[in-house]
Amino acid sequence: MSTSFEQGVNTLKRLIDAPIASYFSSCTNCGICSQACVFATETEDPKYTPIRRLDPMRRVWEQEYTVVGRLKKLIGLSRELTMQDLEDNVHLTFESCTTCGRCSMMCPSGNDIVYMIRKMREALTAAGLAPKELQDAAVRTIEKGSVMGFPMNTLQAMIDAAEEETGIKINVDEPNVDYLVLLSSAEVMQFNEIIGALAQIFQQAGVTWTFSTKAHEAGNPGMHMGSSEIEAIMINNIVEAAEELNIKKVISPECGHAYMAIRWEGPNVIGRPYPFEVYHIIEVLDELREQGKLKTAGMEDERLTFHDPCQAARRGGVNQPQRNLLNMVTSNFIEMKHNRACNWCCGGGGGVNTMEKTEPMRQKIFHRKRTQIEELDVTTVVTMCATCRNTLEEGIEENGMDIEVLGLTEVVANYLLKEKES
Amino acid sequence: MTPEESNETTETLGQNLIGNGVSRRTFLKFCSTVASAMALPPAAASAMAETLSKATRQSVIWLSFQECTGCTESITRSHKPTLESLIFDFVSLDYHHTLQAASGDAAEHAREEAQKAHKGKYILIVDGSIPAENNGYSTIAGISNRQMLEDVARDAMAIVSVGTCAAYGGLPKADPNPTGAVAVSDIITDKPIINIPGCPPIPVVMTGVLAHVLTFGIPELDAHGRPVAFYGESIHDRCYRRPFYDRGLFAKSFDDEGARKGWCLFEVGCKGPTTFNSCATTKWNNGASFPIQSGHGCIGCSEPDFWDAGSFYKALSTGSINPTEWATDALVAGAAVGVASGILNRAGKAKAADKHEPVTLEDMGGKK
Amino acid sequence: MNEVELLNWARGPGLAYAIIIMVAGLTLRVIEIVAMGRPKELAKVRSSGVSDGLMMIVKRSVPEPRNWRYITASYIFHIGLLIVVFFFIPHTQFFRDLFGVFWGGWPNYIIDFFTVLSIAAMMYVLVQRRIDPARRILTRPSDYVAWVVTFLPFVTGYMAFHRLGPDYTLMLALHILSVELLMVMLPFTKLTHAVTFVLSRYYTGSNMGRRGIKA
Repeated sequence: MSTSFEQGVNTLKRLIDAPIASYFSSCTNCGICSQACVFATETEDPKYTPIRRLDPMRRVWEQEYTVVGRLKKLIGLSRELTMQDLEDNVHLTFESCTTCGRCSMMCPSGNDIVYMIRKMREALTAAGLAPKELQDAAVRTIEKGSVMGFPMNTLQAMIDAAEEETGIKINVDEPNVDYLVLLSSAEVMQFNEIIGALAQIFQQAGVTWTFSTKAHEAGNPGMHMGSSEIEAIMINNIVEAAEELNIKKVISPECGHAYMAIRWEGPNVIGRPYPFEVYHIIEVLDELREQGKLKTAGMEDERLTFHDPCQAARRGGVNQPQRNLLNMVTSNFIEMKHNRACNWCCGGGGGVNTMEKTEPMRQKIFHRKRTQIEELDVTTVVTMCATCRNTLEEGIEENGMDIEVLGLTEVVANYLLKEKES
Repeated sequence: MTPEESNETTETLGQNLIGNGVSRRTFLKFCSTVASAMALPPAAASAMAETLSKATRQSVIWLSFQECTGCTESITRSHKPTLESLIFDFVSLDYHHTLQAASGDAAEHAREEAQKAHKGKYILIVDGSIPAENNGYSTIAGISNRQMLEDVARDAMAIVSVGTCAAYGGLPKADPNPTGAVAVSDIITDKPIINIPGCPPIPVVMTGVLAHVLTFGIPELDAHGRPVAFYGESIHDRCYRRPFYDRGLFAKSFDDEGARKGWCLFEVGCKGPTTFNSCATTKWNNGASFPIQSGHGCIGCSEPDFWDAGSFYKALSTGSINPTEWATDALVAGAAVGVASGILNRAGKAKAADKHEPVTLEDMGGKK
Repeated sequence: MNEVELLNWARGPGLAYAIIIMVAGLTLRVIEIVAMGRPKELAKVRSSGVSDGLMMIVKRSVPEPRNWRYITASYIFHIGLLIVVFFFIPHTQFFRDLFGVFWGGWPNYIIDFFTVLSIAAMMYVLVQRRIDPARRILTRPSDYVAWVVTFLPFVTGYMAFHRLGPDYTLMLALHILSVELLMVMLPFTKLTHAVTFVLSRYYTGSNMGRRGIKA
C-alpha cells in the first residue's frame, strides 16, 4: 500500500508551486469566492467557502515555504497537519465541489482556487482518502476498459445497431483515418443515439473516423480522484491507441471532464506532448460548419436554452462553437442570464454524482439551475456533456418540471440535410 | 535700600524715566505694546506700568558659553530705542562679555561681587550651549562653562536660557556633536528656567519676557519651558500665506511663478507647521518682515534639534534620510534572503518529489 | 523622549528602518514565491497566455456588479486610499523625494472628503468581517492586525491635519510612525496582496489564456 498520511502531506509539499504560493499570499479572506460557488450560495453554509477548502494546503505552504512560517514552526507557533484534517477535508474537496472553477473567475486577487482543489484531491488520494466510488470507477476503467465497467462487446452491439439504422459503415480499429472518436460511458449506456448521429454527420462532411477497441472510454476517474498516475494510465492507453492507428486528431465526446483530462491535463500527466491534436466533438462540428461541410435544413423553433458544461466551457475554453451550431439549427435560442464562462454548475460533475450520499445536496444545488431555466420560459435545455444531461434530467424530474434535455450533436444531426442515397 | 543711599541700582525705573524726560503716557504706551504682544488683558498694561515704575534695578548676570553672539546681536537690534535701552538701563547688567566695558580679572570680579551682593535675587541669563563632553572645550578666564554655570546658578533667582543653544543645545549639539553640547536645563535642574529659543530669538520677545519676569514673575510656560504668550502657536497657524496652503498653491522652487506670487513655501521646505514662535505675528526688525514674507521657508529655529531635522529645503513630509539609498540597500538584502529561501523551497520540493510513491491501481483495490 | 525628538526619529531612523524592512520583506516574499517554479505546460495551448496574463492584472479590478453588497465598501476604501496617499500635497513631496518623480496634488477638501469616506468604509468592512458568515469563518487574527495597521494612518493623519489631539507635532509624529508600522507589517500579513496580486492575477490569466478562456 503506497498511500498514507505521510504521502498525503508529502504530495502537498510536492505540488505547491509559484502560482499557489502567490494565491495564498494574495488571499485577503474577503469571502467573495463564496458568492461564486453554487454549493455555498445554495446551502448558505459558510463552510463551503471555496478558499477555506484549501486550508490544509495553506498551512503546509506557510510552514514549509515561507521564512515567517518556518520561523513560527521553529518557535512552536504553528499547528502541524493531522490525518483528521485530511479526513475532514474529503467532504469539502470531493463531496461538495465539482471543480467547476467558478470561484476562480470571481476572486479579486485572481486566485485560481480550482487549480488548488485539483492538487488537494491529489494529496487526499495519496493519503488513501479518495472516495470509494471513484476508486472503484478507476479500477473498472483500467481493468475493463470503461468507467461503467462494460466491455467492448457492449459498445460493439451499439455500433452494430447504429450501422443498421443509418446504413453507414462505422469503423473500429481502422488506421490512418481523420479522427479517433472516444465516448463516455454515459453516452454509450444512455445516449447512444450519438453514435448514429456522428455517422451521419461525418458521412455528409466527408471525413473518415474510427473507434478503438483498446481505447474507447473518454471518461477519466483518475482525474476525478486527482491521481495523476492513475489518470496517466488511462491517457497513455488512448495515446498508444492513437499512435498505433496513426491518428492525427482525437475527438473527446460530449463530456466535460473527459475533455479536461485528454485535452489539457493529459500531456502534463504523461510527461510529454501528444503526437496528435485533441478536439471536443463540438469544436469539430463547428469547424466542419465553418468549412461548409455541414449542411443542414430547417431549424428548431422551440424556445430553448443552452447549459455550458463547466469543464468544457469555463475551464476548457469551448465557449463559442456551441453557439455557432445552435444559431445554425435553432431559431429561438435564448441565453441563460449567466452563460459561457460565468455559467452556474449543474452540481453533478467532478465525480460528485457518482456518490449516492451527495444526492440531498445535489437536490438543493439544482435550485440554481431551476431558477435559471424557469426565468427563460423555455421548453428545452441543450447541453454538450452527458453528466450534465443526467444531472439536469434528474433535477427536472425531481422538481416536476416539463423540460426536455438534449445533446447538441443530436440536435445538429436531426437537422442534417438528408441526401438521397444513390 | 533707601532713596538716600541710592546709587545706580536703587533708583526706580519711574525715577529714571522722569529723569530722562519720558512722559508717563509714553511709558504706558510701551507697556501696552508689550502687554498686547504677550496677549495679556488691557488691565495688565497699567499694572505693568505701575509695577515697573516702582521696581528697583534688577541685577542680571549674562553668561555666554558656546554661542555665536547672535542672541546678543538680536537683543541689541531692538528698534524701540529709547524705552528698551531704558529697560536695559533699568536692569543692571552686571556681567556681559560683549557689552561690558571691563575685561579680564576686573570683569570676573564684577561678576562675583554681583553674585554676593544680590544673592538669591539676581537673574541669570545664559546664551550658548555647554560642552559636557570635555570641560576644556569652552572656558572663560580658565573656568569651564559647566563650572561657571553651576556656580552662578546656585544663588540665582531664576534662569533665562536665551537662544536655542542655551535652551536646547542648538547648533553645537547638531550631529555629530563633537563637544557633547547640552542645554542649560540638562545641567541645572533645581532652579526655574525660562527658555526663549530662536536662532536668534525675536528682540521684542526677549524684552517682553524680561518685562514680564520683572513685573509679574515667571510667565506661563509650555512643555518645552517656553513662554506660551510668545511660543504658544505655530508659524503655520498664524502665517499670512496660509490660504495658499489650504488652496494647494505652492512655490515649487525659489523664484518660480509661485514664489513670485507669494504662495505657500511648504514644498521648498518650510517647517512652519511644527515650529512655535511669534515670527508670523510679531515679525522682525520692528515688524518689518519675517523669513516667509521674504520668500524663504521657516527653518524651525526655535525647536529642539532643528539642525538635525533634515534639509531646510525638503518639505516637512519627506524623510530626513535619503530614502532611495536605503531602499536600494534593502532590495539587495531582501533579494539575498529571498534567494536563500527560494533555494530552500526548491530543495524542499525536490525532497518531496523524491519521497513520492506513485499511487497504483493496487491502492485502489485493483489487481497488480 | 519629547514630541520633537519623536518626530525627528520618525522622519529619520524610523523611516530608514521601515523602508528597509518593507522593501527587503517584499523582495523576499516575491522571490520566495517565484522560486517555487511553475510546471511546464505540455498541452497544445491556444495562445501563449502572456498577454492574457497581463490583461488579467487589470481586468480583475473591474468590479462584478452582482456582488455589490460584498465589494462596495472595499472599493470605496481602496479608491480612497489611493487618492489620499498619492494626491495629498505633502505626500506628493514625500514621493518626489523618494522617486524623483512629481505629480500634482489635489485640493485639501477633496482629500479630506475621501479620508472620511475611507475611514467610514473601513469601519464598515470591520463590521462585515464579524457579521458575514463567509468572512467570519475565514478570519484569522492577522486579519485584524492588518486592519488596525491600515486604519491608524488614516485616523492619525486626519487628526493631525485638523489639529485634533494634544499637539500637532506629536500627531504628525504618530501619523508618520503609524505609516512606518504599516510598512513594517506589510510583508508579513495579507497586506502583501498589494504587491503579489500582480503575480496571482498573471498566473491565472495566463493559464486561462492558454486554454482560450475569455474572462
